[in-house]
Formats: sequence, structure tokens, C-alpha cells
Amino acid sequence: MKDKLIVSPAPHLHDKTTIPNVMWSVVIALIPALIASVYYWGFRALYLTLLGAAAAVITEALIQKLRKVPIAVADGSAFLTGMLLSYNIHAGAPWWLPVMGAVFAIAVGKQVFGGLGNNPVNPALLGRAFLLASWPTLMTGGWVKTKLGSINGITNLNMIHENLQGIAPKAYDLVTSATPLKVAQTLRDSTFVNSLTSEAGINIDISNKIMNSLLDMGTLKTLFWGNIGGCIGEVSVFALLLGAAYLLWKNIIEWRIPFFYIATVFVLSFLFGGIKGSGYSLSMPFFHIFAGGLMLGAFFMATDYTTSPLSKNGRIIYAIGCGLLTVVIRLVGGYPEGVSYSILFMNVMTPLIDKMTMPKAFGRLKK
Amino acid sequence: MRLRTFPGGVHPHDHKHLSASAKIENLPLPDRVVIPISQHIGSPSTPVVKVGDAVLTGQVIAEASGFISIPQHASISGKVTKIDIFPHPCGGKQTAIEITGDGLDEWIELIDDENYAALPVSEMKERVAAAGICGMGGAGFPTYVKLSPPPDKPIDTVILNGVECEPYLTSDYRLMMEHAEEIIKGLKLIIKIVNAKTGIIGIEANKPDAIALMEKLLAKEDSLSVVGLKLRYPQGAEKQLIYAATRRKVPSGGLPMAIGVVVQNVGTAAVVYEAIRFRKPLVERIITVTGSIVKNPRNLCARIGTPYTVLVDFCGGTTSPIGKVISGGPMMGFALPDLAAPMSKGSSGLVLMNDVEARLLEEKNCLHCARCVDVCPMNLLPSVIAAAVKYKNLDMAVDAGLNDCMKCGSCAYVCPAQIRLVQWIDTGKVRYTELQRAKK
Ligand code: SF4
Ligand code: SF4
Repeated sequence: MKDKLIVSPAPHLHDKTTIPNVMWSVVIALIPALIASVYYWGFRALYLTLLGAAAAVITEALIQKLRKVPIAVADGSAFLTGMLLSYNIHAGAPWWLPVMGAVFAIAVGKQVFGGLGNNPVNPALLGRAFLLASWPTLMTGGWVKTKLGSINGITNLNMIHENLQGIAPKAYDLVTSATPLKVAQTLRDSTFVNSLTSEAGINIDISNKIMNSLLDMGTLKTLFWGNIGGCIGEVSVFALLLGAAYLLWKNIIEWRIPFFYIATVFVLSFLFGGIKGSGYSLSMPFFHIFAGGLMLGAFFMATDYTTSPLSKNGRIIYAIGCGLLTVVIRLVGGYPEGVSYSILFMNVMTPLIDKMTMPKAFGRLKK
Repeated sequence: MRLRTFPGGVHPHDHKHLSASAKIENLPLPDRVVIPISQHIGSPSTPVVKVGDAVLTGQVIAEASGFISIPQHASISGKVTKIDIFPHPCGGKQTAIEITGDGLDEWIELIDDENYAALPVSEMKERVAAAGICGMGGAGFPTYVKLSPPPDKPIDTVILNGVECEPYLTSDYRLMMEHAEEIIKGLKLIIKIVNAKTGIIGIEANKPDAIALMEKLLAKEDSLSVVGLKLRYPQGAEKQLIYAATRRKVPSGGLPMAIGVVVQNVGTAAVVYEAIRFRKPLVERIITVTGSIVKNPRNLCARIGTPYTVLVDFCGGTTSPIGKVISGGPMMGFALPDLAAPMSKGSSGLVLMNDVEARLLEEKNCLHCARCVDVCPMNLLPSVIAAAVKYKNLDMAVDAGLNDCMKCGSCAYVCPAQIRLVQWIDTGKVRYTELQRAKK
């Protein structure tokens, strides 16, 4: 027998899950979405993603060197942040945009607070907010069409073309540009809708027509597969669900946050999502959960460990808050998309939620 | 059968295949045994022999001292050769009595009381107390105390714990397969003693043949039944087992008797039977000697006080150098500095690991990932308790559940940052007790 045996406190077994294992698993889970975006936009999507990830890794390594702490970029957390940041940028953006965003995300969003586990908000989302504030036009304009030709997902364009061409140029512009959420947002703007009708000169409800085509099965299918304008990582609901299923199966994320987030958006957009005059439609909630960054946000960003609540009830409150804010921003606010800001806001609320939702020990009576 | 379980918990690989099919073997008499005077929760027993005394197997060598205490008996016949400080199977060192054997194994007189089942309850309890029985699942609470609930706490259900949720261990499983009748007889006696109505044997689904066997034997018993349980650690913990089997919750800080339940390990039931019928003192038990590096993992029936080295040698030694020695199971057992300690009444297993299996991972920053929260069977906030203890905020630790923690280790098992949560919690408990004492 050797002279020195290991003496350590129980438990003497450990689950395989370690920090690198968690982080790299999330990276793996994000790969289907990357494949989808390369399919829709070509290799530029991959190139921008890798730039963001590389910038994040290098920034983290440099700062860790300066802080004289162990360089821990191999744990995958910086790579993941960079990747998620790039996922919030569209494929038509200049190359330096993801780089700037990633540097900011790591430096200001993470390392300033002491690194992994200490950041108050999701670094990737903070990076995105920084880009949106600094280069709003680059971030929200210049959406590129997918290779398959769609931009806002409306599939029966021809029908609309026939109806609208020459009658209402504004309506025509609307259905040939922007992202699906932008279309939905514009359609809720009554001044715009009134001007459409007056421009058309005839009494047809053009806005309703566009809304209906936005909500038809064809468009919803297109949204599901991801053949639409949008950010690199958010377009394909299908690819994101594949990755999410992997994370749920590997027990890396827990179901509560994504479920309550998406469910809240679903219910609220069913109740309040229509435009004036159009009744309830079951397609509306599907449109809202498939369009924009909800899937990416609900499964991959809101579930960020450090910035979401510890207790199970806390996670439910947090997720409902995210959903509520997302719908409010989308339907009432000035932005077509509300996922990032709602998650950032709820990140800030997390310590408070944690305090309010201390779980009751098994067998302890209610006070 | 619909399997039941409790909320929370983890699924470690059970590693039971190593020793599950190894029938119980009697370990040849050891040359010497070292019997700790403290093998249970409660006050240590008082030695009543001197160095040089000759003792018979089963003779009392240390008496119970106080209400929560039990006597210790010589487990082999021979001479008392030392009363000194020896390594203890729970880590550390404690007083123990060393007996050097004469190889004859001469017993004190036993009886065979065929009418044992008709004995008055007080006599039964006395025999259990005199036999020095404490819980054999590891915690080691004196059994006669558990069998004496106060009159204002009526008991209706006795649960036998055949869960054996600790990975690697198979001693309870073998016992159930080979000594099922004794277990059932013991269960009936316990029911009689505490005046309960029903008896339940809880067994996890990874022991289907034990479930089938018990079901067969209990088929004609109206008041006894088997409950199959989903695989999940720590289902063998009293509160979790009670919840899984009966859906009753033991109040925080309370005992099972508060909700009419008494839990005993299956091994304890078997020795209760022997104690009542034969007045046989607890001088041996079944222990699993296992681990990937043990040449022939086995389930041994060995005398209390047998040095661990003897057990390992009997199993053919190890195939590669030992990295860690665990007395008990790997989730709650104690790592020992060497094999010098003897087995005690609570030693259900000895697990040997190699360097790779035993390697320590570096503690990282908490990720706030809540995995520990999700698995905690007591519904606590392990990461918060640990952080509070670290930053010396005991009030916060108590709020987050310090005193409800049963140190099952589920939280530390899943923590991706390898934070030694149980160790922090333990430190917190020690500090808390000191503080309470200082206040008085
Ligand atoms: S906090 Fe205590 S009871 Fe909860 S999992 Fe950890 S060790 Fe077990
Ligand atoms: S499992 Fe570990 S890293 Fe995760 S919250 Fe608990 S203590 Fe922190």
C-alpha cells in the first residue's frame, strides 16, 4: 500500500458534469442553428460567428493574464459568450461588429465583475445592447434575404403582389423588406394602416390581408424552418429546438424557464397580439413564438445559470417576467423585438427574486 | 408494480454488479479484533474488562452508559490485550478494546426460546438492548431507543429499509436474498414491540429478485407488504424513504415517530430476531468489500472489530495501488488514511478506489447553476448555505437550510464547479453548535 491515501470528505463519487462539459455542451447544442444559418446565408454567417467567438476567447485570456489569475478559456464559457453574441447579429453586418460586441461582452459584461459566475447580467446580451446603442442602423437595418429568397417569411407573396402592386407602394415596401416582427409591428401602427387605405384609394383592408398572410400556415412553416430575415442564430426554430432537446436530455438546462417563458408569450400574444379589428387567431401566438429571437432567448439566454434564479419558484417568476416584458415590448414598445431587453431586465431582478423565493425545507411547516 | 419515490435526489452509477452475485461467506476467525467503545450515536460504552482478562465470544466487555447507549461484546474468545486509542472506522481515533483470539471461538451460553414471539414486550426490548443492537444502515442509532416511542406517539407503521441506495454496497441485498425469513420474523417482532398495525419493506427497483422473493414470502400476510421504489439516491434516508413509501412528511427537526412511523434497516430486523429468540448479542455483521481494484469483491459475514486489512486480504488483495479507502458507501462513507481501522456495527461496506477514481477536482467559482438546488431532497439551497458559511454569515446559512441538511451529498455530487458543499455545510453545523453552546 502506498504511504499516502487520499482522504477527503464524502461524497466520494462525482457526476461527469463539470464546467467545461456544461459550456461545450451548450456550444454543441447551438451548432444546428449555425448550420441552418450557413444554409440560408452562406459562409458569412459562420465567419462572423467564429470572429465573435475568437474575439471573446482572446479578450478573456488577455484579461485573465493581466489579472494574474489562471487562464481558463478552455472551460468554454468565453467561446460560448462570443458565439451567442454573434448569433444576435445579422449576416449582412460588417466583420468588426461581432468583434466589438464580444470584446465588450467579455470585458465589461463578465471580467469586470470577477469572471465566470459573478456577472449580474448575461454578457452576450449586454454586448448586444451595447452594439444596438452604438450602431443602431447596422444592427437593425440592412437585413439580408436568405439564399432561398425570403426575408419576412410571408410565403404567398405573389397573391399580395397581384393585389397591391401599383396600388399601395407603402404596402409593397412593407412585404418586401424587414423581418416578420417588423412587419407585424408596422401593421399595428394605425397611422400607417390608415395611410395605406387612403393611398390605395379603395376600401379594402390591406393591412388585414398582409396580417393574414403573415399568419397563414405557409408563413408559419417558413418561420419554423428559418427561411426568413433575422439574426444569425435565431431564425431556425427547428434547429434551435434540436439543440434545446439535447440540453434538456443532458440535464444541462431545466424545463421551467423555457417553458414558462414561451408559454407566457404564447398566451399573451393570443389575447393581445392581433391588430385592431381582427379577432383572435390561433396563428398569432405561433407567429410570436416562432418569429424573432424567442427560441434562442428562452432556451439559451434566459437559462444562463449565473443570471437566473436559484429556486424553482423563482425560475417560474423570472420566466413569466421575461415573457410578459417580451410581449409588452413587441406589442406596445418601440422595438419590433423584445427578447434581449426583457431577459436583461429580468437578470437584474434575479437577486431580488432569489430573496423572495427562498424554498421551504422538506417537512417544514408554512410560517 | 408501480414504483414510488421522493422529490429530488440523484442517480449515481450503482457499481453493484461487482459484488451483487457474491453469496455471503463467513470470514475465518481473525487473530485479533479491535472493538471501539463508541459504535453508535450516543454516549460511548464503559469498558468493564481489564487488560489480561479472558473473554468468551458474546461476553459484555463494555456496558451501556446512559439512556442512549449500548453495550459492546467480545466478538471472538481470547484475551484482552489492550485498551487504548485505535483508528476508528468513521475516521479519527477513539478508545477501543483489543482482544487477541485463542482460535476456539468459545461462546457464552445462548438459548433457543421457541416461544419467543409470545414474550412480553418489555422482555423483548430488554433483550434487544442487552444484545447491543444499533441501526445497521450506518447511522447507528441504538435500536431499543427507537423501539420505545413515548405513549403519546402511537405508531401504526413499521418500515424496513431494504433500499441500499449507496452505490457499490450489496450487503443488504445479499441478506434479503439469503436470510429473508429472519428479516420477516424480525419485522413481525418490531411491529409487536411498537404496537403497530402494518409493516412495509421498501426495496429499490435494481433488486427485482429481492422484491419478488419478499413478495412471495409476504403473499399470505395481510398486514405486511413490499413497496418497490424507483432507483434514486438518497432513498435510504429515513425521511425520504418514509415519504416514498407512505407519502407522509416527517416535520423538520422531528422524528419519524411524530407521524406514526418507525424505520429499521433490514439487517437490524434480522439481528433483532436473533437477539429476542436466542439472546444472541451483535458480534458479527455482513459487509461488502468491493471496488474496481479489489481482486474478488465479496459479501462477508465478519466479526465486529475485524481489521479492514484482514477483509481485503481475504478478498485477494487489490489489483493496483489503492488511492482511497472508504468505510461505508461512497456517498456518505468516510475516507480513511489507511486500512488500519476495524469494522464496526455500522460498517456496511468497504470500498477501495484507485488513484484515478479518487482524484480530487479543483474547487471553482459557483456558477449559480442551481443543479444543487434541483437535486437537494430536503429542498434547501446548498450553494447559498455554503457561501454563507464561507463568508461567516451563519444566520443566512440557517435560513437557507443548514439545520435541515442530512449531508446526503447529492448537491456536491452534481456540482459542476466541484464545490465541496457538504464540507462547507458541515463546517457551518459545527460553528452553529459552538455558537449555541456559547450562548448558554
Ligand atoms: S444540502 Fe444537504 S440534504 Fe441537500 S443535497 Fe446537499 S447534503 Fe443533501
Ligand atoms: S451546483 Fe455548484 S455551481 Fe451550481 S449552484 Fe450549486 S454550488 Fe453553485
